Amino acid sequence: MGKAGDTTRKKVRVSAQKPQSVKSLAAQYAKWREKVDALPVRDVRFISVSGVEAPFLCTPEDVKNLDYERDLGFPGEYPFTRGVRANMYRGRLWTMRQFSGFGTAKDTNQRYKFLLEKGQTGLSVAFDMPTIMGYDSDHPRSLGEVGRCGVAISCLENMKTLFDGIPLDKVSTSMTINAPASVLLAFYIAVGESQGVPSHKLTGTIQNDILKEYIAQKSFIFPPKPSMRIITDILRFAKDHVPRWNTISISGYHIREAGSTAVQELAFTLADGFAYVEAGIKAGLDVDEFAPRLSYFFNAHLDFFEEIAKYRAARRIWARHMKEKYGAKKPESWLLRFHTQTAGCSLTAQQPENNIVRTAFQALSAVLGGTQSLHTSSMDETLALPTEKAVKIALRTQQLIAYETGVANVIDPLAGSYYVESLTDRMEREAEAYFEKIEKLGGVVAAIEKGFMQREIGDAAYKYQQQIEKKERIVVGVNKFIDEHETIDIDILKIDPRVEDDQAETLKMVRERRDGVAARNALEEIRAACRDEGINLMPKILHAAKVEATLGEMIQVMREEFGEYREPPIF
Amino acid sequence: MKRKIRVLIAKPGLDGHDRGARVVAAALRDAGMEVIYTGLHQTPEMIAQTALQEDVDVVGMSIHSGAHMTLFPAVKKLLDENGMSDVLLHGGGVIPEDDIKELEKMGIGRLFGPGTSSEELVNYIREEVERRRGSAEKE
Repeated sequence: MGKAGDTTRKKVRVSAQKPQSVKSLAAQYAKWREKVDALPVRDVRFISVSGVEAPFLCTPEDVKNLDYERDLGFPGEYPFTRGVRANMYRGRLWTMRQFSGFGTAKDTNQRYKFLLEKGQTGLSVAFDMPTIMGYDSDHPRSLGEVGRCGVAISCLENMKTLFDGIPLDKVSTSMTINAPASVLLAFYIAVGESQGVPSHKLTGTIQNDILKEYIAQKSFIFPPKPSMRIITDILRFAKDHVPRWNTISISGYHIREAGSTAVQELAFTLADGFAYVEAGIKAGLDVDEFAPRLSYFFNAHLDFFEEIAKYRAARRIWARHMKEKYGAKKPESWLLRFHTQTAGCSLTAQQPENNIVRTAFQALSAVLGGTQSLHTSSMDETLALPTEKAVKIALRTQQLIAYETGVANVIDPLAGSYYVESLTDRMEREAEAYFEKIEKLGGVVAAIEKGFMQREIGDAAYKYQQQIEKKERIVVGVNKFIDEHETIDIDILKIDPRVEDDQAETLKMVRERRDGVAARNALEEIRAACRDEGINLMPKILHAAKVEATLGEMIQVMREEFGEYREPPIF
Repeated sequence: MKRKIRVLIAKPGLDGHDRGARVVAAALRDAGMEVIYTGLHQTPEMIAQTALQEDVDVVGMSIHSGAHMTLFPAVKKLLDENGMSDVLLHGGGVIPEDDIKELEKMGIGRLFGPGTSSEELVNYIREEVERRRGSAEKE
């Protein structure tokens, strides 16, 4: 065995066979196949979760065009198919980051402390629907929704409570927030300042991926054009003031949860990513100034190899486009770092304990696919927000994979598998075909406005449901291996209805104690910036946050200036 | 000839998770019903108004945000106030068992959880509408 340095100089190829032997292999395969076709096979459809026919067997024939250096390379090197870091999990394990938030900031603060104590290594904030949609907790439209599916954050005071006793220079925080991401980032920066942590030391992520909201999750507020402008303002602000912050977490997770196939998740997510890159360049930014701070967020669904191939293909596609199409020069701009969350939509309300096992398989695929951070779902999430016990098992699942299974010892251990490599190739090709289609429709925003992705996803979701109903697809405990007379005996996390009153009181207190004139003026400055693209919104929002203008007040001004997006109801 | 069953599928509140609503709408359409889908972010008033205008037999609401204890009773009240107490109001989403029981006591129809088949839902709607139409004819 030569040293690593020797191997790089050689032309390494996975398919070592000469053309002639490949030909004879094809002949041998045909002969083998004839024999196999005479044998009985089970009367089921051999399809992936995405509905794709699976090959019977893969051989070197399936990877004959694979060029090791061109298509795989070494971990930490272009095109990053094998991973974004040279030392991957030998250097550092993935960040174990459980998405969490409910009730008041105080309730969630306690859950965060619980998770950190149990060995979690990063925080991930789930906000409630009013926060996500830019309404204060005491707004009429918030009625019944405050603190229900996430934590209620309406003002800086709430944010301070959320991170009370958690030093922001010691944790990284991911915030699942999109349309009002600018405001929540401003709150976070202001909390950092109040703790004595300067903004350039803060690490974390705002999701800030508005395109997938129009496509899948539907938590949009403003129309696409002003939304894209807010995002470029954030990119510009962040590079100078929060340089270690991930400014957009380009998300396939929700696209998949809405019912897409794996290829659609891959293609639409990367198409969104390229749209942000183009918007940044169009706004006059140098691609290498902001691209290194873009990160990704994928789903880990049940089809084990399809998922692994998806992550590998994603890295390669991103690297190739960033380098070749967008001319990025910094290697940091080429590498696709990603967070993974196991598929909530794959969990079943029936026999909920089975979800522990589903989640474990999904988490394993994310790790074998080289994820940078991971959320594992809890078994009770189809019923309500997870209890502490359920969350602990989910976190332990990650720790088991990391410390007991040995899979983190070797980087990209499935590389060279005939099946995984051919699947990786196929997914890249099919994603490229989608990019072309989207391009022909006039780009991502135009395609959204035409409902293209929404319809593709809706059709895939309906097909998936029909496959379950026709039992072409088996869901254990749902359409096979059903427990008759099953009673679900599982603890449910109940949200205390006092949340709404508590929030109303806090907001009342804040509005009374603040300098009303300063808050009003700050809001008017936001309005002026909305009207003038030459003024960056971010510093105005940060200032308004500090003088205790609320989330709802800021977003209201922006609603008045930018208008609201309405989507045509299609099914 | 009997009138086709008219169904309003509604997404109340702020939640945008519309996979369930859209799949159900398509399934009911394919089962021969006339389906109207409200689209997202509807207030109870908007839903009751549409139900009235479209003269529906059934309102199905999809809620994943945990706001079901507020939104179902609010829509029920408005339907009753507008002379639509015979309209079947039911729904689905992530709704805990205890809450389902409480809502059923308030006169809300069945609430279907994850894993429900279209067939089960279609049969339920047909039977309920049949029953309600039957009792209306007797009056």
